[in-house]
Amino acid sequence: MEHSNPVKLRARGVCLNYRNSRSNTDLRVLDGIDLDIIEGELVSIVGPSGCGKSTFLSAVDGLMTIHGGEIRIDERKVTRPGHDRGLVFQHDSLFPWRTVLRNVAYGLELQRRLPKAEIRDRARRFVELVGLKGFEDAYPGELSGGMRQRVNIARALAVDPDLLLLDEPFAALDAQTREYMQFELLKILDRAKKTAMFITHQIDEAIFLSNRVVVFSARPAKVKEVVDIDLPPQRTLDLKHTSRFQEIFRHIWQLIEEETGKMGLAPAGEA
Amino acid sequence: MTDMSSDRVATGGRQRREPSLTFWLLRHENALLGLGTTLAALLLWEIAVRIGLADPLFTSSPSRILSAGYQMFADGSIYPHLAISGLELLVGYSLAILVAVPLGILLGWYRRLNAAFDPIISALYATPRIALVPLIVIWFGIGLGSKFAIIFLSAIFPILINTIAGVQSVDRDFVKVGRSFGASDRQMFLTVVLPASVPFLLTGLRLGLGHALIGIVVGELYAAQAGIGFMIAQAGATFQTDKLMVGIILIAGAGVILTNLLRLIERRFDRWRPTNRL
Repeated sequence: MEHSNPVKLRARGVCLNYRNSRSNTDLRVLDGIDLDIIEGELVSIVGPSGCGKSTFLSAVDGLMTIHGGEIRIDERKVTRPGHDRGLVFQHDSLFPWRTVLRNVAYGLELQRRLPKAEIRDRARRFVELVGLKGFEDAYPGELSGGMRQRVNIARALAVDPDLLLLDEPFAALDAQTREYMQFELLKILDRAKKTAMFITHQIDEAIFLSNRVVVFSARPAKVKEVVDIDLPPQRTLDLKHTSRFQEIFRHIWQLIEEETGKMGLAPAGEA
Repeated sequence: MTDMSSDRVATGGRQRREPSLTFWLLRHENALLGLGTTLAALLLWEIAVRIGLADPLFTSSPSRILSAGYQMFADGSIYPHLAISGLELLVGYSLAILVAVPLGILLGWYRRLNAAFDPIISALYATPRIALVPLIVIWFGIGLGSKFAIIFLSAIFPILINTIAGVQSVDRDFVKVGRSFGASDRQMFLTVVLPASVPFLLTGLRLGLGHALIGIVVGELYAAQAGIGFMIAQAGATFQTDKLMVGIILIAGAGVILTNLLRLIERRFDRWRPTNRL
């Protein structure tokens, strides 16, 4: 890991509780998360399901208020959503009543900083960047799942965020499309030159995409281990069949299995 | 990307077929079935009166209604009534929309506001508006004012209640997107909540319109000096069945035309909805 680049995201001792209003108790979900993401890095977070991965991402986006610690983007403290972060949602949460182009333009329209023509041009560029040229005037209902997630990514990128947050963006796609989209995401991020945080429950997806994989413990979540992915930077699909890839996979699998056991659940399947 | 674009052309570019009579009949099947049945019913009615099965004093007949209607338009006696009722509908219904839509969005969005106003709205909604007519006449007189008020009160609740339901059913994911992109409350209403509740809203507008038309007749039957409802009441009191029927048909016709107009608007807003038809 090159540490010459500046730190983009710095999370220190992040705590977050869910309030149960019926029993008037707090459930601790995040229990002191420390995490740095360097500019240009792609860091994935994996962990047992329900451990608080997505909650942490919502906290970084500013959608949820944290109850302890702090999150800084480029030294600015996060208190609410802002245009320095772009969130790619898990489900295709595109507005079905807007065309592809106007979905991508949404964030820019809200900002009201640019004139209309410029917003259109900019949105057009990002539609092109994710490989959907020619589909500007299509409605989301007319697109396939993979195409919709491209639009989802373009919408987040269009506001030119410093940090892209992806919340299991390929979870709803079929296996083949998912592999293809992982590959595409790397190309898109490379072209757009973005730093990204990626939430997933797929270990191979995390390894394939990332510079580092952060493993969360069972709830309340702490950082259990940060795994450096020492694979060549040029990621190709056959990388998944190399012994080093498998080795990392088994290691992370074991870490998660230990945590799943703690939650009193049987470990799921075999590696 | 070339593979995807060509794929779309292949499935999207439908072949235009030669227009044929069967094709035309099939395409308009629903309209033709409706029209045919209606014409048959009218014909039976006319025949029943002509062969003496029904007394035209009580039932009138399609040809009598037609000629009465023609005469009222020819001598211009219908126009003042149409103008008055039209004005009442326009003002009362528009006011109802202008109040109900913004209020519905606020009540649907802010949980506490809804809790505060819910008992009043439910009580007023459950009260038959007809029961309020005498009170409204005491307040606003027998002129236009009371009709505006009656139509307003008739139309506002269906629109309000549907708007509230629409706002409450907006997909939480859409709201999250708005939040994440830093939408202000106003932007959230305009870019997320309003477009997402369009189907509910238009259902409300359609129900509201029906209630507004009832409001016109009820208001004018009770106390008025002009209007289609007033004309119906007068014709009824003087056994002019033909004229009475003309009034009923005008109200029904207005309902059909305006409902279809709303349907057109709905289609305009629903352009994006992928149709299942091939």
